[in-house]
Amino acid sequence: MDTTIESYMLLSSVIFVIGAIGFLVRRNVLVQLMSIELMLNSVNLLLVSFNRLHTGNMVGQAFAFFIIAVAAAEVAVGLAIVLQLYRLRGAVNSDDATTLRH
Amino acid sequence: MTPGLLLFSVCSLLCVGGALFTVLSANPIRSALGLLTTIFGIAGLFLRLNAEFLAAMQVLVYAGAVVILFVFVIMLLGPTAKLIPARGTRSFLARAVGGGLGAIAGVFVISLLVSTKEHAFPIVGKEHGTVEAVGRQIFEHGLVPFELVTALLIVAVVGAVAVARTAHKKSEKPKIQNPTVRLFHGPLLARDAGRPLDGRTLQERYESEKNA
Repeated sequence: MDTTIESYMLLSSVIFVIGAIGFLVRRNVLVQLMSIELMLNSVNLLLVSFNRLHTGNMVGQAFAFFIIAVAAAEVAVGLAIVLQLYRLRGAVNSDDATTLRH
Repeated sequence: MTPGLLLFSVCSLLCVGGALFTVLSANPIRSALGLLTTIFGIAGLFLRLNAEFLAAMQVLVYAGAVVILFVFVIMLLGPTAKLIPARGTRSFLARAVGGGLGAIAGVFVISLLVSTKEHAFPIVGKEHGTVEAVGRQIFEHGLVPFELVTALLIVAVVGAVAVARTAHKKSEKPKIQNPTVRLFHGPLLARDAGRPLDGRTLQERYESEKNA
């Protein structure tokens, strides 16, 4: 079970869907950012497990490395925006972020 | 049960449990702890998949930087981090997209469970997933993206500081030269004792009489 790609695909899709539904359902911006991290992590897991199928090939792991770096940058900027939203509205509710609404 | 299967089972339980804890808990600090659990589970799965460099990166970058950043922001926000006013039901679009995703995932999971075809991992050499192998891949075939990532990181750091800092306005308090006025918010003179204020504050009376 732990040596087939199917079990990793199953686990990765379960984590991705938990993250996606959390992003859609929760209204706390912090928890939404954490749900994005869950989705990125599940994709990383899928990339690394597919890379395991190919001997002598590290492309999938290099991709996962870049995804980790981009996710770290995304979290830094996202949390700065959360702080500004808190200063503007006094809450971290994504329903309150309506300044650009036409 | 082989040690590999044991590692896989424990780590996948940690992953799914932590993910559910992240999404379901009302307190964001508990969500951060659930995210930490998921990250450690995925690091364990990376070890099972012969990706030791990425397992180390996962723990260093995610558990060491990202979750700590989340916890710092939650502490900075204080109790308001979990104060979300109750609203009505979610919008139809959000519910539809969420339900659709759940349905697609259900079909995918069932098809994976039903299918008898399994693709086992081949045996790989010891060098699979080491720092040397991944570094060789990155520096020989992905040098330009690597350098772009460094630029992205520095831009993200500067951008985060620029977005998060507040614009400091100069305070517009009236300058009070008299130290007595500054200390007691009004003059403390012997001739003022017992005089009615006529609706003014001590400060206002002091200012008007000083100019007169």
